[in-house]
Amino acid sequence: MISIKNLHASIDGKEILKGLNLEVKAGEVHAIMGPNGAGKSTLASILAGREEYEVTEGSVDFDGKDLLDLETEDRAREGLFLAFQYPVEIPGVSNINFLRAALNEIREYKGEEQVSAKDFMTMVREKSALVELDSKLASRSVNEGFSGGEKKRNEIFQMAMLNPKLSILDETDSGLDIDALRIVANGVNKLKTKDNASIVITHYQRLLDYIVPDFVHVLYDGKIVKTGPKELALELEEKGYDWIKEEFSI
Amino acid sequence: MSELLNSTEIKLINANGFEGVLNNSLKEKASEVLENIKFPTTRTEAWKYTRLGKISKNQFDVKNPTLNSIEEFKIVGNAYTFVFLNGFFSPELSSKEFDKNITVNSLSEIDQQYLGKNVKLDNEIFNSLNTQFSTGGVAITIKKNSIIDLPIQILHITEGTKTSSTTRNIIIAEDNSQSNFIEAFHSFNAENTLENSITEVFVGKNSHLHIDKVQVQNETCYHISTEQVEQDKDSTFTINTITLNGGLVRNNLNIDVKGENCTTNLNGVYQLKGNQHVDNHTVVDHLVPNCESNELYKGIIDEKSTAVFNGKVFVRRDAQKINAFQSNGNVLLSDDATVNSKPELEIYADDVKCSHGSTTGQLDEEAVFYLRARGLSEKSARKLIVSAFINDVIEKINNEEVVHYVQQKIEERFSTTK
Repeated sequence: MISIKNLHASIDGKEILKGLNLEVKAGEVHAIMGPNGAGKSTLASILAGREEYEVTEGSVDFDGKDLLDLETEDRAREGLFLAFQYPVEIPGVSNINFLRAALNEIREYKGEEQVSAKDFMTMVREKSALVELDSKLASRSVNEGFSGGEKKRNEIFQMAMLNPKLSILDETDSGLDIDALRIVANGVNKLKTKDNASIVITHYQRLLDYIVPDFVHVLYDGKIVKTGPKELALELEEKGYDWIKEEFSI
Repeated sequence: MSELLNSTEIKLINANGFEGVLNNSLKEKASEVLENIKFPTTRTEAWKYTRLGKISKNQFDVKNPTLNSIEEFKIVGNAYTFVFLNGFFSPELSSKEFDKNITVNSLSEIDQQYLGKNVKLDNEIFNSLNTQFSTGGVAITIKKNSIIDLPIQILHITEGTKTSSTTRNIIIAEDNSQSNFIEAFHSFNAENTLENSITEVFVGKNSHLHIDKVQVQNETCYHISTEQVEQDKDSTFTINTITLNGGLVRNNLNIDVKGENCTTNLNGVYQLKGNQHVDNHTVVDHLVPNCESNELYKGIIDEKSTAVFNGKVFVRRDAQKINAFQSNGNVLLSDDATVNSKPELEIYADDVKCSHGSTTGQLDEEAVFYLRARGLSEKSARKLIVSAFINDVIEKINNEEVVHYVQQKIEERFSTTK
């Protein structure tokens, strides 16, 4: 589904990604772990299309399309979804109004029919239940006054509404307590199908007890230095990242 | 009913000039002022941020209008409508029948104590020009104890090149009455026109008066518009000033709260682009105790346009227990957009609650990115955020058709920029 080859990227002249390679196929869940500063959030930002980053080398193929050549909104319309680490508050913009507008722009892009108000509201009720998001929250302004856990659940609610091909969860577990974590993970798991895929970026192994990955990658110093099955996450939990730093530092 | 409504022709300019509609004593006073006065420069505090060169260096003339239909200029379909073309009242295009509780008179037919009562002439060039040269005006009285079911719509349409259009209207809301007004300023085939409009408003005891004012003249038009309001006790006065277009627009809103237990609401939205300039000067004068005023103005300033907000609130020495809140918020959409925001509170009483706030910022780019990352185009994202920003003011407009019209104009603006 997505094929990242030799990706080099910088911000403000400083190189963060130094030749990252990653292959994700439909139906798979890939976890990306790594110490702080390794480039995990940078990868998520670049895939979503943040303009502050400059890609200096490499390619990203998303289902046959050159992802780096697409505008942010077109990447979303092609089926990419980023669950933000720090979802922003947008006062005055209703959560469901903007989602309906987004859904319709995505459908227009794909040549599909617009969603009817009735069908849309049915979807809202269904999907908000998935992440135990009170429908009242769903009709409020985007993330305004939401707790950390509610913001993260709102991200998954949006994911459920937009039904992406590839979802990138950027440290979705940060700031969550065990219960919130369980609800979020449950939502993600329910949305998993053989046709979609997820890249779960996380610092801690804990989330991976709930969202079980097919592959675990370690991102260190701008590259993926190690790949293994889910047990690799447990090994990192035990040994910490120093082990990786020793093995791979220049 | 007044002779005014029965006349079948628009007053035309005669060979020597034109007939001003105010009485001679007022015109004389205005004439005296005009003899010595000069256009204010930016060194005059009240005009510090608004240059009048384009007006002072030009010549404007009264012109006969050619328009014979106003359907496209109506904001509200079902209303009691008054039409002014180039400053002349047009009985032909206005409504023929009015609610029995609405009295329509020419300015000479009403009690002359109302005329010019609070319109200062000394050192006031536009007030004096208006007093001397108004070519059209109506006095609308809402009878005591009545509730007017339909809105009263006043349409001003200016046409031609370098046309001078001057009107003076009086609105008298008698005690215990309830009425809603919509006033719209349009242009038609107009270029570099100058409109100078004054509306004198008298809000009677325990009455409710609501005005939605919409300005949509094209970007070459100059427009000076003044509301001089006097509120008597227990009344509620609301005015929403929505400036959606225009070249140079200056709104002077002056409210004297003369009675206790009054509520005064002043709200506004201004959306600018290109080289447009909008200046909102408001004054709320709390003369007596136990009153409340609420002011909320929001601006969206794009490209090279400039905005001015100057909101003065006076709380006089005997005006205790006053709650006066003022807030001005501005979003700059470009690097060249400018806003000058000056809230002023002059408080002489000591038992009051007053606040003022002014914010000026840019669109939250993080919010724009978030919406785009969900599939919304950049334009849609910006539009959504801007609409959200002004929404709390739009909510103060109580007529659905006006809301719809305003939203449409804002929508159009977004489709044409970038």
